[in-house]
Amino acid sequence: MYNFEFEEPGSVADAVAALGAEDAQALGGGQTLIPTLKQRLAQPSKLVSLRGIAEMQGVCKGDDGSVCIGGATTHATVAAEAGDYPALAETAAHIGDPAVRNRGTIGGSLANNDPSACYPAAALGSGATIATNTREIAADDYFQGMFTTALDEGEIITEVRFPVPEKANYQKFVQPASRFALVGVFVAKYADGVRVAITGASNDGVFRWSEAEAALSSNFSADAIDGLSLSGEDMISDLHGTGDYRAHLCAVITKRAVAAAA
Amino acid sequence: MPKDGGIGASSKRREDVRFLTGAGNYTDDINMHGQAYVHFLRSDVAHGTIKSIDTSAAAGMPGVVRVFTGADFEGVGSIPCGWQVTDRHGQPMQEPAHPILAQGKVRHVGEPVAAVVAETYEQARDAAEAIGLDIDELPAVVDMKAALDSGATKVHDDLNDNLCYDWGFVEENKEAVNKAFDDAAHVTSLELVNNRLVANPMEPRVAVGDYARGTDESTLYTTSQNPHVIRLLMGAFVLGIPEHKLRVVAPDVGGGFGTKIFHYQEEAFCTFAAKACNRPVKWTSSRSEAFISDAHGRDHVTKIELALDADNNFTAIRTETHANMGAYLSTFAPSVPTWLHGTLMAGNYKTPLIYVNVKAVFTNTVPVDAYRGAGRPEATFQLERVVDKAARELGVDPIALRRQNFITEFPYATPVAVEYDTGDYHGTMDKLEEIADFSGFAARRTESEKHGKLRGLGVNCYIEACGIAPSNLVGQLGARAGLYESATVRVNATGGLVVMTGSHSHGQGHETSFAQVVAEMIGIDESMVEIVHGDTANTPMGMGTYGSRSIAVGGSAMVRATEKIINKAKKIASHLLEASEADIELKDGAFSVAGTDKSVAWGDVTLAAYVPHNYPLEDIEPGLEETAFYDPANFTYPSGAYACEVEVDPDTGKVTIDRFAAADDFGNIINPMIVTGQVHGGIAQGIGQALLENCAYDENGQLLSASYMDYAMPRADDLPMFSVDHSSQTPCTHNPLGVKGCGEAGAIGSPPAVVNAVVDALQSAGKGVTHIDMPLSPDRVWAAMNG
Amino acid sequence: MAQVSMTVNGKAASGEVEGRTLLSSFLRDQLMLTGTHVGCDTSQCGACVVHVDGHAVKSCTMLAMEAEGADIATIEGQANADGSLNVIQQAFQDHHGLQCGFCTPGMVMSAAALLKENPKPSEQEVRAYLEGNICRCTGYHNIVKAIMAASGQDVTAIAAE
Repeated sequence: MYNFEFEEPGSVADAVAALGAEDAQALGGGQTLIPTLKQRLAQPSKLVSLRGIAEMQGVCKGDDGSVCIGGATTHATVAAEAGDYPALAETAAHIGDPAVRNRGTIGGSLANNDPSACYPAAALGSGATIATNTREIAADDYFQGMFTTALDEGEIITEVRFPVPEKANYQKFVQPASRFALVGVFVAKYADGVRVAITGASNDGVFRWSEAEAALSSNFSADAIDGLSLSGEDMISDLHGTGDYRAHLCAVITKRAVAAAA
Repeated sequence: MPKDGGIGASSKRREDVRFLTGAGNYTDDINMHGQAYVHFLRSDVAHGTIKSIDTSAAAGMPGVVRVFTGADFEGVGSIPCGWQVTDRHGQPMQEPAHPILAQGKVRHVGEPVAAVVAETYEQARDAAEAIGLDIDELPAVVDMKAALDSGATKVHDDLNDNLCYDWGFVEENKEAVNKAFDDAAHVTSLELVNNRLVANPMEPRVAVGDYARGTDESTLYTTSQNPHVIRLLMGAFVLGIPEHKLRVVAPDVGGGFGTKIFHYQEEAFCTFAAKACNRPVKWTSSRSEAFISDAHGRDHVTKIELALDADNNFTAIRTETHANMGAYLSTFAPSVPTWLHGTLMAGNYKTPLIYVNVKAVFTNTVPVDAYRGAGRPEATFQLERVVDKAARELGVDPIALRRQNFITEFPYATPVAVEYDTGDYHGTMDKLEEIADFSGFAARRTESEKHGKLRGLGVNCYIEACGIAPSNLVGQLGARAGLYESATVRVNATGGLVVMTGSHSHGQGHETSFAQVVAEMIGIDESMVEIVHGDTANTPMGMGTYGSRSIAVGGSAMVRATEKIINKAKKIASHLLEASEADIELKDGAFSVAGTDKSVAWGDVTLAAYVPHNYPLEDIEPGLEETAFYDPANFTYPSGAYACEVEVDPDTGKVTIDRFAAADDFGNIINPMIVTGQVHGGIAQGIGQALLENCAYDENGQLLSASYMDYAMPRADDLPMFSVDHSSQTPCTHNPLGVKGCGEAGAIGSPPAVVNAVVDALQSAGKGVTHIDMPLSPDRVWAAMNG
Repeated sequence: MAQVSMTVNGKAASGEVEGRTLLSSFLRDQLMLTGTHVGCDTSQCGACVVHVDGHAVKSCTMLAMEAEGADIATIEGQANADGSLNVIQQAFQDHHGLQCGFCTPGMVMSAAALLKENPKPSEQEVRAYLEGNICRCTGYHNIVKAIMAASGQDVTAIAAE
């Protein structure tokens, strides 16, 4: 790693101020950022840890019934405490491995927007709201392609609000080496329709499968996916699978998520 | 009743206590006073000409002690190759120079080009980035067959072409083999890949060089399976340091699996730089660095043909293999596709005629050398796959076809130069049928089908050759080393023993199992025996641990040395007991006179040896310390039969191993618990090869699977519990313990069982799939099903 | 450089570190607690697992300064007060749950964290929990068996030796 300063502010305001320094970068749980720094792929002047900010910690229930998760909340905490949204808790319970879940945070994951990460699928699939120190961003506007989000420089995810669906499920088909999603599908059935968000597959990062959403909105059963398919052309093609294989998996895994939705 | 000590007992491992409490002493745990750290600047291109290296900025960076480039090593020796193969025309292989730091050209991603020694590791790495390196990139040679095309880019300009050797075995059999194929009633052929692997012991390699100016002595601490081999190769061929001025220490080593046999540039560099900088120099590999600098394994492309007569007897085998050497010849690389592969092509079968052709090829990739099994997994995989395919083509039971062709009489001389001393292939297959519950398979298949899954059963046999020997034979075959082993047994005055062995334990548990043997021979408690290994300063010249040789060769040396101790102790006892030496018996730690109640305890005899007041000084010297070197008469030939049951998800192609059974014949067993553990680990690596692990390069010679993000290591949830049996025992006839070795069996025996099982599963669903190349990752299985 | 203080195996520990100093480096290089191993640089192998405030964490993927004020437990602090192996360590020895020993500290620390959360895990639960701990020697069979035995379950029905 290149060397950097380390700072651990106690409030969002202090964190924002600290991130004002040139080339400063926010540090969530570090489970992706620290390995990236080890490869010397980034050279921040300063890392601003968000873990010491009490107001960004924990899971609570919003007035509208949504599940609200502080941006610095670990996956382990979400798995244990987001019982009001079981599919979300289950998603968190299978991110990475136990030691990673004890450090990694939802804000860190969403800010990074790895194309194979689980949380982007959960947030997009739930139509979550990403609250920052300056604004609220709808998930549909937030994800803008691989490792790209609507966040501005120095903007901090303070909270993520998930409306709780009638039924939902996340199914992950893992890439055998990294154990990230080769294809992960988050399906959520709301009163006003079904959302299907897919991670791991696309060159554009997490995306909604609108055709499947339409079919499932009128018939929420695995059979509704029969005959639907995605093109492999814009899918990731690598050592672990071609675009066509990923496109095929999208349908298979979507059906499984629908069948398992509770 | 299980024994509670000595040979055959599952003694708990004594080394575990330090490993379980964080008190191990691995090379990276060693820190020398005043040590500096080295970071290697490695080539990020596969092939290129070095136009310039500017180190001036780096040299002025904070903490930098010195920057080295290839120019600092002009006149220093090349990293040597330990085995010279002669091709089928009688010509020696082509052997390129292998520099410590690149000279003029870079030939694989990861080749060290420059090295920065600095006060801290991060400072060294910071400064390495300031080195101005200008490389003129050349086309990369990656595909082995294309590498042999006329006009192909040459990896080494000073060689004729990219062909290291073209080996034929047995060349004299070639015409007879061809005729047998002309006369065959049926021929089954198969083209397959034995995938390239990275050994990945969990401890990355580390080297610490130290130099004592006052005595002109160099010491290297290194993660090695064979410190004496490193001392010899590095001292004599690279740095020109006489062995009495060079000490090599391999302390606790965190796994080897072959890749820590070889002498690497980083070892020579640290030893050289410690003297040049006059301070200790330490290198600790990162895992990312390991992927591009540890020798890789396997990487064969083979066409195998099996000829059968009208009664389904095997009449001939013919193979053609391309074997990747990588960019340089690693220490034992040339031997792996030849003498460790061709000689095993008979397998468990009495096929009378065999011809093996191997073309070893240079490419712009990391050197390839021995990895657990080394040549024998490649032989077993192709043979057991083609036999399985033949059974399916002929519509006969794969087990029945194997049994029909088993070798049943021993000793058996194969047509590929080796002679199996003992074995019972029906015996291990019988045992397998019992532990694998073949009779329950049909019901399990039905159950899987109910859940939309395909179930397959795959079986295979294997034969292994361990403890490669004897030295005079391997010398004729091209080995530039002997393959004996040594042991010194030092008995202390109060009766405790220290065994200094040339074998090296890096997970095998020698400290426990070797002690069991000596304790049993003398009849004392295991706690009285200490095993010392891994330091050239206090162990006799030894060849180290690889090729499942430790108990068969190192253990035999230890037995011979202990026999010498016992013989001398009997002389002392006969003096103390005033009896004839011929009448002295040693039992349960006491010497007695046959037919009397006269006896003297072991400790009294050892004390007499060192306090020789009442002692036959006119006949024998005081003291009780003996050394033996043991050079085996033959290889040992463990064998076995393995079965794998898989479930395949037809929607995704994902293969799940549901059951795995292994019935092995290792001859006599010293510690059944340790042997079982060795088999477990081997099976896991074999399943890893079959389903998960894939070391892949792109067409530019960039490694695609360069970290655990893309190289799939088997994890706990990839594997089932294993059913392992080694009660079928035909002891080796030519070593004193009757042992055969068990370290590689699991890795050799398991890949074909997995692939056979997947093919069985797919064919059960009416798919015409006859082969899928490893690893059988979900995308490949799905593609095969839908191809 | 900055000062960092924490409690390690019940004792106060402090030192000067850079921003980039990893917790694993601080433990190994400054506190000389070399039982914590580093086997990869992508946060996957788990040889470096320690407990931070009671939770399993990969110490190679945490900055030393992030551990300011934390309570750290490493393999060196796991044995019983009299120096004898604790229940998990003893089960690893009894069931041959280690070979080269390099992954072992992380395995033991992960096993301890698992059994704290789930005192009687099933085989599948043990395997799932070990997703972030790679062993190249044992094939996991005996590790899984050892952890189940340490939890007080009868493992005699699990095959072989």
